[in-house]
Amino acid sequence: MAKRVGLEVSLAVADAVKMSKAEVVSAYPITPQTHIVEELSHFVANGELDAAFIPVESEHSAMSAAMGSAATGARTYTATSSQGLALMNEMLPIASAMRLPIVMTIANRSLSGPISIWNDHSDIMSIRDVGWVQIFVENGQEAFDISVCAFKIAEDHRVLLPMGVNMDGFMLSHMIEPVEFPDQSDIDDFLPGFTAKMILDPAEPVTMGPVGVPEVYMEAKVQCEQALINSKPVVKEVLDGFAAKFGRQYNLVETNGKEGAKTLFVTMGSLGETVMTSVDEMNADGKDVGQVRIRLWRPFPQEEFLAAVKGADKLIVLDRALSPGGVRGPVASELASLFHGQADAPEIVNVVAGLGGRDVSVDEFKEIYETAQSGGFKDAYTVWGVMSNA
Amino acid sequence: MSAKALMAWQDLALGTAICEPGSAAKLKTGDWRSMAPSLDEEKCIQCGICLILCPEFCISEHDDGFFRPDYDYCKGCGICANECPKDAITMGREEK
Repeated sequence: MAKRVGLEVSLAVADAVKMSKAEVVSAYPITPQTHIVEELSHFVANGELDAAFIPVESEHSAMSAAMGSAATGARTYTATSSQGLALMNEMLPIASAMRLPIVMTIANRSLSGPISIWNDHSDIMSIRDVGWVQIFVENGQEAFDISVCAFKIAEDHRVLLPMGVNMDGFMLSHMIEPVEFPDQSDIDDFLPGFTAKMILDPAEPVTMGPVGVPEVYMEAKVQCEQALINSKPVVKEVLDGFAAKFGRQYNLVETNGKEGAKTLFVTMGSLGETVMTSVDEMNADGKDVGQVRIRLWRPFPQEEFLAAVKGADKLIVLDRALSPGGVRGPVASELASLFHGQADAPEIVNVVAGLGGRDVSVDEFKEIYETAQSGGFKDAYTVWGVMSNA
Repeated sequence: MSAKALMAWQDLALGTAICEPGSAAKLKTGDWRSMAPSLDEEKCIQCGICLILCPEFCISEHDDGFFRPDYDYCKGCGICANECPKDAITMGREEK
């Protein structure tokens, strides 16, 4: 029988990796991700998880070792955050180019400086275009469930790409939440062992990651991008399969609040749950507002997003990262691009909020809604809540 | 018009892997050589120092006892000519 327990979300993710029977964990500790790999090292040390735990000397090595591991056909996991992700940066596009299905949890944390250990999305947005499948989770149960699904998605022969599971640092990683653990046998049914399509094998030698001369490079990039684009139906299929087996449905894009509302908040990650509460309270007060939550970030679920916002005339897009010197924040830029040339495109109001762990409350989202309704946001984007003398 | 691409993206192996062992031998690395060594067999004493010092390992001993480079791979660095104790190797401009 599945059992429901209260525990820290980081530890739930470690349990998900254990129950997914990862064979290699290659990791370097960094706040706020450390509890995940620390717990996994305990599992390996005490025999609960039959895996090789590689305590590497840096995140650059963590990703390098993970790539070598995946290239031998082992189910491979790592986790990182912020500066650690930045240090991995060099290896990340190589992992996708080599089509290695590594699963990595990213406990999203702001990039220094100034030095910050707290939560925003500046780490993941800085590596947006490395060709990985990228998904965001909002709560502990979802973090557990999606971590299991991630192996099945990444290792699918129609995908064979690394996958990043984004989970807000501290705000989610360090929360103690109720999480339902499925039976191991059910997870085994859902997620069989990894069968690689191509491995490093002396009996059948291949060269992985060779030079891509100008006569090959563009075709190589297109092959990789096509795999990412084509992963969307697989992500959907795996999530639907998870729902059929375990009863919890996750969609690429979620909606809540008043149906057919003209104004919609657009959120990604755990701050979306705060917005949910705010939207519910505003609906109770008769406000015409709803919410769309983006779960899958890469490949971007264009059709699903357009369907979710159909009929809305204003989107209040929440960004958790700045794109310094750019036109808007990264999520709003994505959506402006999506709506380009569409006759019935909604107005995009872009609010950059909650940088470096700055709290954004339920009441503040009501204030943001009212400001948007009264046309108070004049600029292409507004950095919300910044103290200024102007 | 020369093709700018070797093959269609759909025809590349997974992750652009190379699945044929030893295929690097097909890459004629000598094709950008501008200077080429030539051997004066009257001066050559067949000592083989050129073979030992060639950084490209492209010099081999032939049946007649002389050591000659494989011009498919020789990059024309001139080390053999410089090191030859009998000045039997001279570098000349590549004719192409």
